[in-house]
This record gives sequence, structure tokens and C-alpha cells, in this order.
Amino acid sequence: MIGCGGFLFGGKRMNSADIVWILVSSALVLVMTPGLAFFYGGMVKRKNVINTMMACVFIMGMASIMWVLFGYSLSFSGDIAGLIGNFNWFGLNGVGGTPGPWLPTVPNLAFAIFQMMFAIITPALITGSVVERMRFSSLAIFTTVWSVVVYYPLAHMVWGGGLLAQLGAIDFAGGNVVHISSGVSALVVALVIGKRKHHGKITYHPHNIPFVFLGAALLWFGWFGFNAGSAGAANELAVHAFMTTNTSCAAALLSWMLIEKIHNGKPTLVGASTGLVIGLVAITPGAGFVPIWASIIIGALVSPICYFFITVVKPKLGYDDSLDAFGCHGIGGIWGSIATGIFALTSINGVAKWNGLAFGETALFWRQLVAVGITIIISVAGTFIALAVAKLFTRSLRVPLSSEDIGLDIAEHGENAYPSYLGLD
Amino acid sequence: MKKIETIIRPEKLEVIKEALNRIQVRGMTIVPVMGCGNQLGWTESVRGSDTLLTVLPKILLILIITDEKIDETIAAIINEAQTGEVGDGKIFISEITECIRIRTGERGEGAV
Repeated sequence: MIGCGGFLFGGKRMNSADIVWILVSSALVLVMTPGLAFFYGGMVKRKNVINTMMACVFIMGMASIMWVLFGYSLSFSGDIAGLIGNFNWFGLNGVGGTPGPWLPTVPNLAFAIFQMMFAIITPALITGSVVERMRFSSLAIFTTVWSVVVYYPLAHMVWGGGLLAQLGAIDFAGGNVVHISSGVSALVVALVIGKRKHHGKITYHPHNIPFVFLGAALLWFGWFGFNAGSAGAANELAVHAFMTTNTSCAAALLSWMLIEKIHNGKPTLVGASTGLVIGLVAITPGAGFVPIWASIIIGALVSPICYFFITVVKPKLGYDDSLDAFGCHGIGGIWGSIATGIFALTSINGVAKWNGLAFGETALFWRQLVAVGITIIISVAGTFIALAVAKLFTRSLRVPLSSEDIGLDIAEHGENAYPSYLGLD
Repeated sequence: MKKIETIIRPEKLEVIKEALNRIQVRGMTIVPVMGCGNQLGWTESVRGSDTLLTVLPKILLILIITDEKIDETIAAIINEAQTGEVGDGKIFISEITECIRIRTGERGEGAV
């Protein structure tokens, strides 16, 4: 498919419109990480907002550099046993203006740029489960190692021609690679690190709800790049993915508000923001595979599912996944991958080799379940490894209890987020 | 001279200020505070989990009043601040030994 704006580069066809869309999408996905910083930041106590946001900021730097040095290569160059790539593209050597091999009409470097933004946001999502108590240096080392032992292998397996791609499981924009992996890993870290000191005794509640919505809005905006950009070109599939993304998001937002109205009598802004984010999570694996009517169902159902996990399962099991990284991204991603196995149509996107369960076929559906299972196993194993490395270098993964009391902004960063609040500016 | 310190509901501040203006009490110090008493607080729900907040925002109003205006002032405050619900607040009265106007150096009741 060439379309207008095509031109030859070294004998291969490139398309200007596709390049524009990929670059714009890359910028959109990047803004999701600062968006996440606000989403999470608004939900923690005032004294921990800087620390919460710093986690995202640090990862934006670290993940970018690692990607350039060896991340892109390990994810997308070659193949070793279906699990990981090789170092042929170390330092982006050989990755330049020539189109392909992954997107036929766009330079290899542009695809590397786009994928880099995913490598940035994925580890950042994990941080939501360990806010207000994890040592910053430990978190920094953990997310760095986690990227290598979980993210690059999963990106390779799903998008780089590895095991899960060979299996025939589908994941349009990263339900497995991004959401299930980070969500499940978040749960493991939360269990290993333990609860916040006063969990269950004092109230931990959002200190800035407008920030929570600001973050959710930036995530919504950026997600159009995340999903529609994953079409890899400025084509009908990108348009389709754009619409399924918005529709699922909107359905989930309304669904959560309805649940709150019924359960609590009043819909909240934190709830609406949460609903819209999980709607986006749930459609991520299927945005370019399911019909638009299905995205309404996917979004409408993700809210009750996640709400149940957050309000019933989490308190019952008593773990402190502080900002529901598992409850939202993990569970939402799992539902999204399963829903993709239910509603996918090969007529929408030929990458899907079979239709979903709703159309009478089971071949895709069980492969989705297998892919979810493998993703969980790799995430759990890799998380333990990454935590072990972090523990090795920083001794204690948690800050001392006294630091938890005065707040990590002062204890870990020596910074006061709102000095005017105390008349100190 | 007396100092009146009164804890009131935040939403009552404007009407009390107007009522005090009407009886020529114009000077006051307003301090936003948090506090608890017999009022039990309210329940906040975040992502489905409920928390009971018992420390509530109030306003501390500090007034310095000459002895002959005390009863009038207290009546004005109570009239506006009272709702009949638990949490209306309290009034504390203490003796002031001296009052000085910084601008002119005046002392005593004339400086109030």
C-alpha cells in the first residue's frame, strides 16, 4: 500500500504520511508518561508527590538511553530461541532511514522511536503499587533491570517475531507487553515491599484530584498515539483503532460512574478518571482487531471487573497495591487480551489468523489465554530477579519508617512540592 | 477588654462578619484550622473504599472587644452561627490586659 506521499529510498518505498503519523504518535505516547506522573501524583499524599512523579521522570531518561544502546536491538533484532533478540543493532548501529523491516513504508529509526515510548511508559506503570514507601534508588535500579529481563523479552516475543507471535496470539498495541506485564509485576513488588506503614489505620487519599484528572486526560490524548499509531501507517486500520480506543474509554468512564452512583450514591472524579484509564487499557490489545460495537462492550465491562477487584478482592486479601497498578492495568489488560480473543475479526486486520469466540471460533481464544499465562510467568520471574538486583545494591528496598512519616519528598529528594502552602516561599 | 476566640463552621464566616459589621465590630483575625469535637466527621469514598474523616476544617475567629460590647457581640455570633446541629462550634472569652495601636502608639480601650 503506497498511497500519495510515497517516495523511493535506497530502492524501497517510503510514505511521508506514514512517517508523519508515526512521529506524531511517538510524541503522543511520550506525553503519556508525564500524564501518568500527574495521575499517580495527584493520588498520593501531598508530602510524597515529588517522589511519585520522579519515578516517571527518571524512567523517561533511563529507558530512553537504554533503548538507544541495546533495548531496541534486544527487542527487535534477530531472534534467539523465540525469547529475545540480539545485539546487532547496538547503539542503533544500522538503524537509519531505510524502511523496514518491521514497517514497510517508514524508516527503521522511526519505528525504533515509536517503540521507545512504550519502553518508557511500561516500567513507569509499575511504580503506582509501591508509592510512599519504596526507596528511590531501589526503584531506579529495579525498573532498569526489569526493562531488560521482562520488557525487552516480551516486546520481542509479541512484536519482534518471537514465541507469542509465532504462536498466533495477537496484541495490537501492548495489552500483554505493557499492561499485563506491568500490572502483574506491580502486584509482586507490592507484596514483597509490604504495606505502607499506617495502611488500614489512617486514611491515604488523593491530595490533588484535579491532577488525577489532568493525568487521565493526558493519558487519553496520548493513547491515540499508543493505539492508532500501532497500525504502523496512516491508513484505515489507524482510523479504526482511533475510534475503538475512544469508544472503549468512554464506555468504561460512564460504566464506572454508574457503578459508583449505585454503590455509593455519588459519582466521583477520581472514579471517572480511573474508569476512563482502564477503558483505554482494556482496548489496547484489540484496538485494531475488534469491531467498534465490541469496544463498547469491552469498555463497559472492564469497569465492573476492575471495581470488583479493587473494592472486594484487594481489601479481602489485604495487600497494598497503593494506586491499583495491578487492579487497573493488570486486571484490565487481562480482560482486554481475553476480550480480543472473543471479538477479533480477521476482516479488520489480517494479522489475526482466526476470528474470536463470539464468531464461533476457538483457535484464537485459547491462544490468547496461553499468551496471558506466559506473560504472567515471565513478569513474575523477571520481577523477582530485578528486585534481587535492586536489593543487592541498595540493601533495603524500603525507606526507614521515619522517612515515611516526614514524607519521601523531603527524605529522598530534599524538595518541598508546595512551599507556599506553609508560607515558606 | 476581652478576647473572644470562637470556632465556627467555615460556611458561616461571611454572615457572621456581616452581622459583626452591623454592630460596628470591624476588626477581626480569621484563622483556618482543623479540629475535632463531638461532631463525628464524614465518610469519603475513594475507589470504593470508605474512610471516615474525623478531623474537620473550621474557622477560628479572634476578636478583641471592649467590655460594654461583649454581650451584643456574642449574641450576633450565636444568632448567625447556630444551626442546631452538632458542630456549631464554641466561644471562649478571656481577659486582655493591654491593647496597643501600632500606627499611633495609642493604648487602652481607645486602641481596640
